[in-house]
Amino acid sequence: MQFKILKYIQNYKMDITEYIELVFTDYTLRTITLGTAILGAVTGMLGSFAVLRKQSLLGDAISHAALPGIAIAFLITGTKDSNTLLIGALISGLIGTFWIRGIITKTHLKSDTALGLILSLFFGFGMLLLTFIQKQPNANQAGLDKYLFGQAATLVESDVWMMAIVTGLCLIVMLTFWKEFKILLFDADYTKTLGFNTKIIDILITSFIVLAIVLGLQTVGVVLMSAMLLAPAAAARQWTNSLSVMVFLAAIFGAFSGVFGTAISASQNNLSTGPVIVLVAAVFVVFSFIFSPSRGLLFKQIRFIKNRRDLELHKTLTFMHHIAKTHEDISHPHAIKLLNNFQGYTKNTLRKLVEKDYVQLKGNMWSLTKVGFETAANLYTKQTTEDE
Amino acid sequence: MSSAQIEIQLIACIVAIACAIPGTFLVLRKMAMISDAISHSILPGIVVGFFITQDLNSPLLILLAALTGIITVILVEYIQKTGLVKEDTAIGLVFPALFSIGVIMIAKNANDVHLDVDAVLLGELAFAPFDRLLIAGTDVGPKSLWVVGTILIITIALLILFFKELKVSTFDKGLAASLGFSPAIIHYGLMSVSSVTTVGAFDAVGAILVVALMIAPAATAYLLTTDLKRMLALAIGFGIFSAIFGYWVAHWLDASIAGSITTILGLVFLFVYLFAPSKGIIAVMYREKQQQTEVSLLTFLLHLKNHDELEERHVNHLNEHINWQKVRAKTVLDLAQKNNMIHIEKNIVSLTKKGDEFTSKAIDYIITNEDAQIEDMKDDFFLFRG
Repeated sequence: MQFKILKYIQNYKMDITEYIELVFTDYTLRTITLGTAILGAVTGMLGSFAVLRKQSLLGDAISHAALPGIAIAFLITGTKDSNTLLIGALISGLIGTFWIRGIITKTHLKSDTALGLILSLFFGFGMLLLTFIQKQPNANQAGLDKYLFGQAATLVESDVWMMAIVTGLCLIVMLTFWKEFKILLFDADYTKTLGFNTKIIDILITSFIVLAIVLGLQTVGVVLMSAMLLAPAAAARQWTNSLSVMVFLAAIFGAFSGVFGTAISASQNNLSTGPVIVLVAAVFVVFSFIFSPSRGLLFKQIRFIKNRRDLELHKTLTFMHHIAKTHEDISHPHAIKLLNNFQGYTKNTLRKLVEKDYVQLKGNMWSLTKVGFETAANLYTKQTTEDE
Repeated sequence: MSSAQIEIQLIACIVAIACAIPGTFLVLRKMAMISDAISHSILPGIVVGFFITQDLNSPLLILLAALTGIITVILVEYIQKTGLVKEDTAIGLVFPALFSIGVIMIAKNANDVHLDVDAVLLGELAFAPFDRLLIAGTDVGPKSLWVVGTILIITIALLILFFKELKVSTFDKGLAASLGFSPAIIHYGLMSVSSVTTVGAFDAVGAILVVALMIAPAATAYLLTTDLKRMLALAIGFGIFSAIFGYWVAHWLDASIAGSITTILGLVFLFVYLFAPSKGIIAVMYREKQQQTEVSLLTFLLHLKNHDELEERHVNHLNEHINWQKVRAKTVLDLAQKNNMIHIEKNIVSLTKKGDEFTSKAIDYIITNEDAQIEDMKDDFFLFRG
């Protein structure tokens, strides 16, 4: 039934207004859009903590580690009720997380090895169970593999409610413990000396990250879940240095990735929602990497070029000053030939100096003005130089 | 055992060996997660290669996929170099994006291609013997056996040729560079081998389980030894054991071979993780407890040396004065007596000559900030450890 509606949508080349109208009127599309938006918001929010705590790949490991939990929950209960399966996923995700922690703290294996180990071993065990289930004489098992790659189309209203409740819970806990989370994030030792129980705060954050990942499995699947966690947060990080703004931005980026991703995949044939959402989020990241004003690559490059030009200008001026110093008349003309590249001389720097009224040109000769001479003399002695 | 069964086990073993060799170096170089990233991001390479050749075992496909693997590494390193995000975030951003591109490429062409994501990600060893390689009309064995066999031979040849370079650059990058080995070439060489192995093996065991075969045997071996050659040998051994044992478990359960090989790897790791002689969790916890008792003992001896008053040295006062629980106080007291450090007379504890000597030396070391020396001293003085 849901597929039919989706196919119906897909078979029409829609324009934007038509699509927006559909989002509000069509049950399936509304559910999916709302679901992916909420999911994007909550993973973005919690992802900020994961990224700042240098646990970026934890999401990848946990989402894989959840698989055996899903299979075991199915084996025990025999139902495909998504909430039951999610509880299984949650438990096995948490076991995976704490085992990773155990490996890192108790042995000399490094965190990357621990993550890779748990990820692949749990996933392999999950595969064993899934294939084992498939061979069982039980007609009910079909559809478990949607957790591998995710199928947003299978979202129903109760799933969205579940996501909304978890998001609400998450918000409440985050606002209550905001101060503790923040201080643990940036200075764990100081937190300890203040008398907070860092272990409990740590477990609280990690558990919520696991919860968010498990929620997303049904929608984007095991493999792509880590990107949902990371991408919005990594994009948000580029625009701000404040934690609250970052969390807020990450939630918005995540939500928009969900909405746009759903829209794009619904308007095309044969496009699964998960990968499209991830690619939309990746576009957010690339855009932020390039265009963020303070950290972005573009503005960094522009600042770099500007600084180099300023430096060349200063070098030329200083060189001129050195020459002019030896003459009684500071405005005594000298040949342009004297200046060379090594002193940062280019036609441009000379023109700029003339524009600033530091230098006067007469034919092939230049001479420093009074202003220019004074500026040059004070160039490296001034405490602060205003930006030129 | 039928010939198909033997062939499956042979392929599994070869894949396990081919994965264990680069895996050992990845674990040692703290790049284990890179193998996970590569195993996912080769998907677009495989898809493009498949569009061109229409053959999952063609060399071109392997080359293209390996190229995608290298591109992943380069992209990760580029993002890392910009300093905008941390290394692990860079890995986590790159591979899902590339993987998504691969999935979308498959989905858009689903009607004309015989390739689905499940096959790439999960693989199926059971079908490997059906795809035969025919040379001039004669059957020379399963195709994938030849593919992974070739990869294994190349890997072993490279390992033997560049063993010294690999070893030096893994443990001391600076030394390697100053000896004239380019760390960059070795780095990218290792990455290329890992990519090629991943691609060659994905067909048999699936991309995600390649990661297990690379990391798990190496990590298990690392818990048992710190010698590179022994670690390689152990990793290969664990790989082969899991491959064969895993096959029979799968046979018995009638489930995925790759999944059961990984499960066996997991069980082997769990066993070693718990019981490894010096680095296993039980050994570590035992040692921690031992050290705790010994530190308590030292504190206790220092206390005795500091106090001549009888009431401070009364057995019953131990609890109050040093704030210990009864059990712990008793353990410490027993240990001290067994080692002839103290003697108890009418419930008054005092240091023996040996105990006094031990404590004075310990104080010397503590004052001169050479606490580490105390560990060596313990070996000289202790008859029994805590």
